[in-house]
Amino acid sequence: MSDNLKAPDPLVPVPQGPVPVLPTGSRKSVEITIDGATVAVPEGATLLEAGRMQGIDTPTLCFLENLTPVNVCRICVVELEGSRTLVPACSRKVEAGMVIHTDSERVRHSRRLVLELLASSVDVSTAPQFQDYMSRYEAEPSRFGPPGPPAAAGERDSARPGHHHAPDGSTASRVAQPVKIDNELYVRDYSKCILCYKCVEACGVDAQNTFAIAVAGRGFGARIATEYDVTLPDSACVYCGNCIGVCPTGALMFKSEHDMRAAGTWDESAQSQTDTICPYCGVGCTLTVHAQHDLIVKVTSPLDQDVANGHLCIKGRFGWEWVNQDKDRD
Amino acid sequence: MDLHFTSAEPTPQERAAIDGFLSRLPAGGPRRQYLLPALHVVQTSAGWISEGALNHLCRGLGVPPAEAFGVADFYALLSTREQPRAIAHVCDDIGCMPKGAESLCNAMEATLGPAGSTGGGPSAWQRSPCLGMCERAPAALVVVAGENPSEQAIGPATAAVVLGALAGDAPPEPGVAASLPQAGAAGLRLLARAGSIDPTSIGAYESAGGFTALRRALEMGAEAIFSEVTSARLVGRGGAAFPTGVKWAAVRREPAPRYLICNADESEPGTFKDRVLMEGDPFALVESMVIAGFATGCERGYVYIRGEYPLAATRLENAMARCRERGLLGDDIAGSGFSFDVELRRGAGAYICGEETALMNSIEGFRGEPRNKPPFPTQVGLFGRPTVINNVETLVNVPLVLTMGAEAFASIGTERSTGPKLFCVSGQVARPGVYEADFGITLREMIELAGGLAGSGKLQAVLLGGAAGAFVGPDDLDVPLTFEGTRAIGATLGSAVIMPFDDGAYLPAVLRRIAEFFRDESCGQCVPCRVGTVRQEELLQRLASNDVHGSREDEVALLAEIGRVMRDASICGLGHTASSAIESALARLPLPEEPK
Amino acid sequence: MGGGTSSYREMEEADTVVLWGSNARETHPIYFHHVLKAVNRGAKLFVVDPRRTTSADWADTWLGLDVGTDIVLANAVAREILAAGLEDREFIENATSGFEEFHAHVEPYTLEHAAEVCRVAPESIRRLAHEFATARNAQLCWTLGITEHHNSVDNVLSLINLGLLTGHVGRYGSGLNPLRGQNNVQGGGDMGALPDRLVGFQHLENDELRRPFDEAWGITMPARRGWHLSGMFDAMERGELTSLYVIGENPANSESDQHRTRRLLEGLETLVVQDMILTQTAELADVVFPAAAGWVESEGTVTNSERRVQRVRRAVAPPDGVRDDLVILSDLAKRMGCDIGEPVAEAIWNEVRALSPMHRGMSYARLETGQGLQWPCYDEEHPGEQYLHGRLWMRPVLGPLAPFSVCTNRMPVDKLTEEFPIRLTTGRRLDSYNTGVQSGVYPSPLRRGETLDISPDDARAYGLVEGEPVRVTSRRGSVVAPVRIDDGLRAGLVFMTMHFPDDVAVNELTIDAVDPMSGTSEFKATAVRIEKIAVAAEALSPV
Repeated sequence: MSDNLKAPDPLVPVPQGPVPVLPTGSRKSVEITIDGATVAVPEGATLLEAGRMQGIDTPTLCFLENLTPVNVCRICVVELEGSRTLVPACSRKVEAGMVIHTDSERVRHSRRLVLELLASSVDVSTAPQFQDYMSRYEAEPSRFGPPGPPAAAGERDSARPGHHHAPDGSTASRVAQPVKIDNELYVRDYSKCILCYKCVEACGVDAQNTFAIAVAGRGFGARIATEYDVTLPDSACVYCGNCIGVCPTGALMFKSEHDMRAAGTWDESAQSQTDTICPYCGVGCTLTVHAQHDLIVKVTSPLDQDVANGHLCIKGRFGWEWVNQDKDRD
Repeated sequence: MDLHFTSAEPTPQERAAIDGFLSRLPAGGPRRQYLLPALHVVQTSAGWISEGALNHLCRGLGVPPAEAFGVADFYALLSTREQPRAIAHVCDDIGCMPKGAESLCNAMEATLGPAGSTGGGPSAWQRSPCLGMCERAPAALVVVAGENPSEQAIGPATAAVVLGALAGDAPPEPGVAASLPQAGAAGLRLLARAGSIDPTSIGAYESAGGFTALRRALEMGAEAIFSEVTSARLVGRGGAAFPTGVKWAAVRREPAPRYLICNADESEPGTFKDRVLMEGDPFALVESMVIAGFATGCERGYVYIRGEYPLAATRLENAMARCRERGLLGDDIAGSGFSFDVELRRGAGAYICGEETALMNSIEGFRGEPRNKPPFPTQVGLFGRPTVINNVETLVNVPLVLTMGAEAFASIGTERSTGPKLFCVSGQVARPGVYEADFGITLREMIELAGGLAGSGKLQAVLLGGAAGAFVGPDDLDVPLTFEGTRAIGATLGSAVIMPFDDGAYLPAVLRRIAEFFRDESCGQCVPCRVGTVRQEELLQRLASNDVHGSREDEVALLAEIGRVMRDASICGLGHTASSAIESALARLPLPEEPK
Repeated sequence: MGGGTSSYREMEEADTVVLWGSNARETHPIYFHHVLKAVNRGAKLFVVDPRRTTSADWADTWLGLDVGTDIVLANAVAREILAAGLEDREFIENATSGFEEFHAHVEPYTLEHAAEVCRVAPESIRRLAHEFATARNAQLCWTLGITEHHNSVDNVLSLINLGLLTGHVGRYGSGLNPLRGQNNVQGGGDMGALPDRLVGFQHLENDELRRPFDEAWGITMPARRGWHLSGMFDAMERGELTSLYVIGENPANSESDQHRTRRLLEGLETLVVQDMILTQTAELADVVFPAAAGWVESEGTVTNSERRVQRVRRAVAPPDGVRDDLVILSDLAKRMGCDIGEPVAEAIWNEVRALSPMHRGMSYARLETGQGLQWPCYDEEHPGEQYLHGRLWMRPVLGPLAPFSVCTNRMPVDKLTEEFPIRLTTGRRLDSYNTGVQSGVYPSPLRRGETLDISPDDARAYGLVEGEPVRVTSRRGSVVAPVRIDDGLRAGLVFMTMHFPDDVAVNELTIDAVDPMSGTSEFKATAVRIEKIAVAAEALSPV
């Protein structure tokens, strides 16, 4: 080995270099008018982002910062002058000269109706954000009649696309059905599913790329499903729980939370949330540990992190039970 | 991808059918786009799509089984549950309702049990939305899977013929002419050949003037064709009446590769003109697509045809094959150096796939869910590329523009609705069928052209433009049938559906059926449409049965609110128009409160 | 400084990604999310792994080399890059040393030669070489498949050569990244838990670097490096090491050649174990200090594979009688006559900052907010370095040139023979972790106990069916495990984990051959034989 082939002397520290240069995305800005105020917004921003920059709180259900906007819930619609229909703020990009109204009567009407249509068909009892929106937009889901009967287990899963039992109109059809419990980590209560597609996105290209679930069926029969409604243990599911992490209504829930709720011991007022780092591999995902009476009850992950973008794997999400188990140990 | 499969395996027949299909696919490249054709293969071979078959085709295509299931479970003509191999789809939609659909359904039920039941026997039947054969109502589509699969569109259908077809008998073939009361008449432009020549013969097509426009087009060059179509002021015939030249210009500006799609997913209840054109003059569509592809610089074309049109699909496949043999499709067309081929893709029972972006998703192997716009297909279309998508009738006007010249074409019709137009006349008229007339003919004249009113002879209402259109009353008969003329009275020409109802029809039941249609055909993606169409149907059921919550006025007000949110906040045209016909009826017509 | 040169999010912008000896899909699932973003954007992914893993299922090209032939493959990739003229001459000339020797050394490593030794198609090697060299941004990552070998340092150096050859290091988007297997492996090394380093990766044997420590602590530190883990066991064998204080390790299960490990641990005069769980090592101990779970029952920091120092926090109280590591250590120090004061995590951290220049800018206040900071971070205004070695692109280079290394392959120590004809390699599964003390408790639906994963060909040859128990014997030990047929394995290769040591002590099989420089054991290459249980029972019974 010649001299210059030797590694640099480890005894000598590497000198301090300059701060690395990062590519900057300096964006041009465009002028738009939101609720009467003319503002400059970065090119490529969405109307939702533009509104937030102005302190406008646009309601969202199917939107999440770490997922591609699917704009299906339509709660975020705003009025764009010159557009025949309202436009979804979550995905519509700003264009120079746009005139936007985020709280017109027309906007409020659509938001109210979206909330009423959802709440008349879906159990939103474990969706606190949804409840807030309901009061903000004075939604009265009972206008569509008393709630219809729940479906039997598997009934919605075997519906034929393009066919349904003709309703007599006396009650409002719902998606109510029994909870699916087929593993010890999380449950699926599709009575609470507003079909926001977030779980499908998190299971799919936006994060996990496992594709264990997809939207099946059509129309009001559309639903989140594994192939042929096989159980999760038979499916491709790898229990990363990223679907739970993005679910806005509690349709997907830690079994620990589900069981505690069923037993009446779930008490969010007695819970703490603490950010720490996952104890497993060396990637360093931030875990938000939810604890009640010094026992871990579930784990989530903050969205605004470059490491994990709010997503976790099975170990980070569920692999904490040994900590609780220790508490029983002498 | 690290795909995971359940342990289910295909039957030997399923395996053979899938392997045969896979072996015919081009090597390399993404295979997701072959998902729907593969599902068709399984459905045709086994009569349903089993878990084992799905696993096997997913392995071959590299598609996650949950996603493939979601796609299979989207289409009404595919079944993810075991069912008999022979299925009759019996139309009970608004076009067939007044023509005895219900008694046909009753007869089917008496023989095969309730609709949708799969109990034991080799055959079953189902109710179906409009099959696009309204001129021959009542209609049925019989699909038999297995080693000798068959698809028979039947109209007019009787229980005996339908049951015979389920057992393998060929139903009587009425011929295209039966749908074309004007066949052979002088002065027809769009319908000059349909019903008069052998639609399977390229020689007959050529003798009747076929390919003249194509030859001219190749000589003129793309720029000149584009400018002719633009000066002819041709607008789209699918319903939206968008200027074809503008659409073409937008795609021509974008970088290659570009695609051309012919939207032949004609599914608007009451619409059947494209089917009749494709059955009667299939070469015309192929020629039109080559010209359009040449003019817009597209390298490949797709025809997306609705799954309920087996005869049209067969005729088109034949026409494409004959054109390839003659060097008029494929590489170096007619020695011009221009290469362009067309692929036929069949839908599988989903009205929504007529929406252009849903159609693209369907071709790509995804659920037929519309995309949010912008971006528009001219920029981000099929496979993410710039795409021209035109309706069948629109495309077939293109050769006409070239042979007549833009000026002559534009002199037909009105200033804003130029050229000849096809109308789908069905319901209570004496001679239902596809009619060609110049834009501007009045509704009264059109009904007279179709032999006048049938039934009681007393007009109650006319549905214009299909289920997504509007009802007009007897006072509106002098409306000129143009895009602008119908718009002026708050209606729409839509897909040129003219469906009169006599005073014997119980319109609340018709409205309820329209509501049922939209509920069934909503893709389910956005809340206003997914739940709004349900609430609308429930409400119309209450109105039809006169069992209202609160007062009728309360119900009508609530219905208007549902309509408003669907119109304002839905993603696509289905939701935007799901209440149009219903609201138009409630606004303009004196509706009875009890069935007669 | 040793650490991944890039940040995770740069991965998303890579055009070519090479995972070498890494099944990140299962062992670093969230890192793999970043890889998938690149793949879904159209990046080319190459996976080099003897097993066709779930990571390899995502690859454009899987290079299924034979265990222990990595250097041959790396040298052949280098040769192909050079033969095709795809090297970055300007970078090589400006920033590296030893290129000519390296060039001459790799010359014999033709595609054909490597294909024969590694049993990988020459076209696959060629494709990897070309896609890696021509990518605008390329990321080369490796894990234990590279480092758990007796020649692990050379393995790593042979990969670093590829980065130097193509200029895929030291700039945004391109980098060389070891993925750390455990949550604070990076931080442990950074904090000086290495035989020759002090806090901040400062070399113990440099008097200048040691002096501030001596001054701060009022002592004179021995100027001689210590032993790494494998060295400690050798020292036990020689009788030089008689007392051991183990903190948060479970060598009784996790070390290779377990019979030897246990014998040596049992032979110690004093064994003290500090752990959050009563591990098998703890069961051998004279004294056990029950310790709090660092990640959730105490305060402090850890450092991840992108050199990001992150806060861990106490979310729940430890069980009664269980104390923070810090408290145990300070109490112990007090008993030994050294009062280091109130054990407060932030105060300790500030001491780190005082002594380690690369951590100096990381105040607790800065770590509290946001996502932590990446070292080096020299002062409180410094943003932390998203990528390392930017100095290599300066003209002239600041500091020493980056040297090419001449690496020659040495095949695994545990030779394949007629008696032990099968290569056993080990690794992790998605839902489990190391010896399972943490991951074995939660009710994972994915968990299946230990298995011997075997190729369909070998299963057929040995007449084995799925689930059938089989005896696996190496030169050091023998275990029984059920068969699992895996079509991602090639004939002659079997796979086991070490997640279920109570059921199947896989590390009774593995060899303690270690890399002399890193002290890492060759977990990835054991020679075994496989016997049907029925046959084995006959063989064992006296004739």
